[in-house]
Amino acid sequence: MTARKTSRALPAYALLYLAFLYGPILLLPLFSFNNSIFVAFPLSGFTTQWYAAMAADSGMRFALANSLKIATAASLGSTIIALLAARALVRGVRGRAFFAGFSNLPLFIPDIVLGISLLVLLTRLTLPLSLVTVIVGHLMLCLPFALGVLIARLEGFDYSLEEASRDLGENAWMTFWRVTFPLVLPGVIASLLLTFLVSFDDFLIAFFLCGTDTTLPVYIWGELRFPYKLPDVLALGSLILACSTVLIGIAELARRHGLQGRPLPAPGT
Amino acid sequence: MTDAETVPASIGGTRVRRPPSRQARWLAPYLLLTPATVLLAFTLAAPLALLVGFSLFTQRGLAIDTNLTLNQYVTVFTRPAYAVVFVRSLAISFIATILAILLAWPFAWFIAFRARAKFLWLLLVTIPFWTSYLLRIFAWKVILGYNGVINSALTTLHLISEPLRFLLYNPPAVVIALVHGYAAFAILPIYVALEKIDPSLLEAAADLGDGPLRRFLRVTLPLSLTGVISAFVLIFVPTAGDYVTPSLVGGPNGLMIANLIQVEFGRVDNWPLGAALAVAAMAFLAAAAAICTAGVRFAVAQIR
Repeated sequence: MTARKTSRALPAYALLYLAFLYGPILLLPLFSFNNSIFVAFPLSGFTTQWYAAMAADSGMRFALANSLKIATAASLGSTIIALLAARALVRGVRGRAFFAGFSNLPLFIPDIVLGISLLVLLTRLTLPLSLVTVIVGHLMLCLPFALGVLIARLEGFDYSLEEASRDLGENAWMTFWRVTFPLVLPGVIASLLLTFLVSFDDFLIAFFLCGTDTTLPVYIWGELRFPYKLPDVLALGSLILACSTVLIGIAELARRHGLQGRPLPAPGT
Repeated sequence: MTDAETVPASIGGTRVRRPPSRQARWLAPYLLLTPATVLLAFTLAAPLALLVGFSLFTQRGLAIDTNLTLNQYVTVFTRPAYAVVFVRSLAISFIATILAILLAWPFAWFIAFRARAKFLWLLLVTIPFWTSYLLRIFAWKVILGYNGVINSALTTLHLISEPLRFLLYNPPAVVIALVHGYAAFAILPIYVALEKIDPSLLEAAADLGDGPLRRFLRVTLPLSLTGVISAFVLIFVPTAGDYVTPSLVGGPNGLMIANLIQVEFGRVDNWPLGAALAVAAMAFLAAAAAICTAGVRFAVAQIR
């Protein structure tokens, strides 16, 4: 009796919860096609003019280009650094727990503290703020995510395959290229995509470190002050949502490739 | 000393393929860790150490007086306005964290034990988490605003004659936006903990005469605790230090610690005071998180 009640109540609750998760987000695309400068009901007709206005905005294009450059560099850099570190950590090294804890620290420190402490250091070193300083900050921000994905991948790695390859006469380079790399590749792809999204999404660290090289979130933050710019921001936001949904879908498929049913390595566990 | 390590490099002049020397094997993992260590040293350890150092300096006009003093901390702890914002930040983020966990727990349980396509459900949870945080919080401003979605919908339906003013620019609005923004940080760790529960434990409890409620209280709930604690720390710390949410939906009465810090580094330009605020905030958060974690552990130990 109770079991049957819960079996019906629970899926209903789960669907409600999903509605809570998605409702606010889906409003962005809904109003981005609405033919009114006000974001309010009733909807007043379909238009694509906000997308056209957004595409014509040179400030937006500059910020987008900056964000793409930063996210590309940060995702490549953090994934390579994390791959090397994960390899060492998985095979067991003294101080593993300390290192893992320390590299996870950015998850447990408010972004504003990470941002201002980097700003203080860069100012003391009299280094100019630019794309490069944002990239360096993002490498640190992305590292725990890359490590989480890659450690999970390497932990399932069967090292006897590498040994077999060596025993069969392949040299170190060919062993890496034909055995290690294909096996690790899904994890690398997942790590690249996730860290790309982390970097692309970051507002606060870029806010302190970008100087005049505005990134997309910093640009959006500035636009939010002007009510008449709102529909353009909604159009831009909808595009970002669509693109990141595709990227996250690919990343999750890649990450799970060969790791049956393993959930996202919850940071900190 | 294992055999591999004592094999001579060459025997009678013939080169033998030798395993990497002991030194190389000992060194290799540390070489692999070097880039990450250098990165963390320069972007995390050094800046945080410098921040602590800065909190002991004094701002004199445009210059920084580097004589060490605790004056900044005296200001942080004696200015009543700061105390109000600190308490408010901790309260908002504590309530948001508890709400996020309470709402997420049944959902995580559903995915772990009842859902058929687990992968799909988990993917559905992670998608919003990876999409722009700024826009997710901003969406709440659009929803709760004076001319926003809720008000305009209710007015159009003639349920209210004029827009409700209490929806936006107050602490509850911040709580709602944070619960929504950090949902994935609650669901995923709890799901991971629930998923690991061995079904035979539940069967054993049932065989030994526990009803569904006692089984829940004595097996499922305590075993999900590691996930609950992870979720607590993962949500409590960043939300208490959140800048975007209070700025967008908090209004003047919903400002939080991060806003104070930003003001000192921005408009007021008193970096030592800003640094002291940041260090004090981190210390408070670490202490609060530790106390709450211990509290949850104690409470569950009592139930058992």
